[in-house]
Amino acid sequence: MASMTDHLGRPIVVVTGIGVVTSLGAGKTDNWAALTAGRSGIHPITRFPTDLLNTRISGTVDFLPSSDKGASSLTYELAEMTAHEAIAEAGFDTRNFGGPLFLASPPVELDWRERFSLYAAGSKETGLERLLEVARGLNALDVFQSAQFGSIADRLSDSLGAIGLPITLSTACASGATAIQLGVEAIRRGECERALSIGADGSVTAEALIRFSLLSALSTQNDVPERASKPFSKDRDGFVIAEGAGALVLESLESAVSRGATVLGVLRGCGEKADDFHRTRSKPDGSPAIATVRAALKDAGMSEGEIAYVNAHGTSTPENDKMEHLSLSTVFGERIRDVPVSSNKSMIGHTLSAAGAVEAAFSLMTMREGVIPPTINYDNPDPAIDLDVVPNIKRSADISSTMSNSFGFGGQNACLVLTREPV
Amino acid sequence: MKPNDVVITGIGLVSCLGEGAEEHWRKLTADEPAPVVDAERFAPYTVHPLPAIDWGLQIAKRGDQRQMETWQRLGTYAAGLALDDAAVKDDETLCATMDMVIAAGGGERDEAVDAAILAASENRADQGVLLNEHLTTELRPTLFLAQLSNLLAGNISIVHKVTGSSRTFMGEEGAGVSAIETAAARIRCGQSTHALVGGAFQTEHPDMLLGYELGGYLHRGPWKPVWQRQGSEGGGVVTGSGAAFLVLESRQHAQERGRKAYARLGAVSSGRSRRSTTDLQAEIAALAEKTGVSGNPLLAVSGASGAHKATAAELAALGGMTGIGLRAFGTLTGHMKEAQFPFAVALAALAAHNKAAYPAFDRQAETAFAGSTDTVLATTVGYHQFEGMALVHAAD
Repeated sequence: MASMTDHLGRPIVVVTGIGVVTSLGAGKTDNWAALTAGRSGIHPITRFPTDLLNTRISGTVDFLPSSDKGASSLTYELAEMTAHEAIAEAGFDTRNFGGPLFLASPPVELDWRERFSLYAAGSKETGLERLLEVARGLNALDVFQSAQFGSIADRLSDSLGAIGLPITLSTACASGATAIQLGVEAIRRGECERALSIGADGSVTAEALIRFSLLSALSTQNDVPERASKPFSKDRDGFVIAEGAGALVLESLESAVSRGATVLGVLRGCGEKADDFHRTRSKPDGSPAIATVRAALKDAGMSEGEIAYVNAHGTSTPENDKMEHLSLSTVFGERIRDVPVSSNKSMIGHTLSAAGAVEAAFSLMTMREGVIPPTINYDNPDPAIDLDVVPNIKRSADISSTMSNSFGFGGQNACLVLTREPV
Repeated sequence: MKPNDVVITGIGLVSCLGEGAEEHWRKLTADEPAPVVDAERFAPYTVHPLPAIDWGLQIAKRGDQRQMETWQRLGTYAAGLALDDAAVKDDETLCATMDMVIAAGGGERDEAVDAAILAASENRADQGVLLNEHLTTELRPTLFLAQLSNLLAGNISIVHKVTGSSRTFMGEEGAGVSAIETAAARIRCGQSTHALVGGAFQTEHPDMLLGYELGGYLHRGPWKPVWQRQGSEGGGVVTGSGAAFLVLESRQHAQERGRKAYARLGAVSSGRSRRSTTDLQAEIAALAEKTGVSGNPLLAVSGASGAHKATAAELAALGGMTGIGLRAFGTLTGHMKEAQFPFAVALAALAAHNKAAYPAFDRQAETAFAGSTDTVLATTVGYHQFEGMALVHAAD
C-alpha cells in the first residue's frame, strides 16, 4: 500500500473536489471545453459606464444573479457556487462540509451605490458626515455586512457547514494560492482531515478598474477584447481585470483512501517568499520569486527536473512576464525551453484574489486530462522570453507534475507544486 | 517545557495611552488609569486618538512614510517596535527568515474626493459617469496601494525587511485571532521558527466609523467604561486608534539566540458562534473551558468592545465564574478592531512577565484581583461576529 505520509513524514494532502467559475462559464465542464478550445472570456464592459476610461474591457462574470449586485454579493455567489461543485464532487454534504474554510477574497469597501443611496437619504451635513448621520438611524444588516471583511466567510460557513472560525485572507494576486497553502498546512498539522480552500473575486467595479488603471497595470487594447491578454508577447501592455472563483476540497490521502474517494491530484508542496524591494515592482534580480519557486520544490521534496509543466502567473504585464521568465530560467536553467509554460490568463484574464485557486484547479485538470491549455494571442513572441508557451493551440501531453505560480503587489509570491499521483 | 513551545519575545504597542510595552504597563498599572478621549472631532462619537508619534524613529525614509496613509504607518511603526523589542530588527538573517501574519482591514479613502462625488451626485442622474469623471482625475495613483489590505504587510517587508513569508488575514477581530492562532500553530508543529504577528487600526476617519455605524454599533453621548454602556444611546462601541504586534518564537529559537521571553503563549482558541440562533453567553463559556479556564483565580484581559449584546454576554459568561478578575482595556484605549486580540495577548503577557495584575480599569464593574498572574487569559469577543481566547503563561 502507498505511504500516507510524504518525504518529511507529514500527511500527504490530496484534492478530492474541484469547482470553478470564470468568465468562460460556470463549472469545470464548460470552463475546460472553452479553455482547451483556446476561447477567450474577455469582453467589453457593460456592468458600468466606461466613459472616460482608458480600459473598457474585462473578464467579468456577467451571467449570475448577483452579477449586478455589488462586489460583496457577487464574490459570495462565486465562492458558494464553486464550493458546491467541489464539495459535491468530493462526495461530502454541501450543507455540512465538516472542515475549516480558507477564503481568499478581495478587500471590501462600501459600494458606491450604497454611498449614493445613503447620501440621498439625508439632508443635513455634507460628505461622509452625512453618511454617518444616515447610517445612525438605518441599521441595515445587509449593507453593514457588505462592508465587513469577515462577512462573506461567515455566511459561507453557515451555508456550507464549515467548522470553526473561517480565515479570510488577502495576499493580493497570490491570495488563491495562499488559501490553498493554509489548507495544506492545517491538514499537515493534523488539525483536520479535510479543508475547503476557495479563491473568489467578483470585485470589478469602476473604482477598482480605475485604481489599477492609474497604476498603469491594465491593458488598453480595447478594440478586440479577446486579443488583449497576450502573456509573453512583445506587444503585451497590461493585464485584463477579471472575475471568477476556484475551490478545492483538500483532504489527507489517508482520509480520501479510507472513504474510497477519487484522488484528483496531490498538493505536494507550497512555497512563499516576500519581496522587500517596492510596493508594485519586483526586485530586479528576481531573487524573491526564485526563492519562492525553490521553496515550493523543497517543500514538495522534488527537483526542478521533475516538473513537467508550469502554469504561469503570466499576467500579460510587461513587468510580470519578464520577471517570471527570469525566475523560471534561473531555477530550471537551460531545461526551461523544454518545459511547457502556459498562461490561463490569456483566456480568462486576471481573476485577482481568485487567480491562484482558479489556476490550481486548471493545473489539476491539465494533469488529469492530459491536455495543456494554450497561451492564446501569442502571435508576436517577446524575443527576450524564450519559453515554450504552448502557443495558441492546446497540446496533448502526459503531465504528472505541475508548478503553479502566483505573484502580487506588496511583494507577495507564492508557488504550488501539484502532482497527479500520490507517489 | 518543549523546544517548540511558543514564546513571546517582542511586543510593540501603540494606543492613545502612548507607545511601547513599558509605557503601556506603567499607564495601565497607575492608581487611576485614565483614558485619552476626543469627544469633539467626530461628535456625537467619542474616539481614542493616536498619541503624537515621531514616525521617523521606525520608518527612516520619508519616501516610505509618504507612500502610506496613517493606518499603514501605524502598523509599520508598531511592527518596528516589536522587532526592536525582540532584537530582531536589524538582523538581516532573522528578518529574511521571519514569517509574518498580519490582521488587516482596509486603508483610508480620500475623503475630499468622496465628498465631492457625493455632493455632485445630488444633481446628477448618471452617477456611473460621474464616478468616472472624478475618480479618473482626482484619485492619487498610489493611494490604492495605501488602501490595499495586504500592503501593511508589504510595507513592513519594505521598511523592516521581514520577508520569510507574508500573509494578511481579514475579518475584523477574527482576523487578529486567526493570525495569532495560525502563527502559534505553525511554530508548535515546526512549520515556522519565528513570526511577526499583529494588526493596526486607525479610527480617525469617518469611513472607519461608518464601518461600525452601518450596523448601529457606535456608542453616542458621554464616554463611559466598556461595561457600563448598556442602555446608553447608540450601540456601545467606542473606537480607538492603535496597533499591537508580537514577535512569537519557538522556545528553542529564542534560547539559541539568547533571548529572554516575556511569556509563553499557551492554548489559543477561536470560535464562530451563530449568534442569531445560539446563546452567545454559553458559547463564550464553552470557549473559555476549551481554552483551559478551570475555575482557579485568573486575571482576564478582555478585549470587550462595549457592543451591547456581545459585551453583556462576555460579562455574564466570564464575570460569573468564580475567581476571574476581568480587565477590559477597551475602556482606556477604545476598540482597535483587527488589533484587539493581539493587544489583549500583549497585555496578558506583560502581566505574566511583571508578575502583577492590572488594577480595575472600571472600579464599579471590575473587582480587585489578588491572585497569581502566572497564567493570564486574553479574550476578544467580536462586536458583531467571531470570538477568540488565549492563555498566556509566565515564561519559566
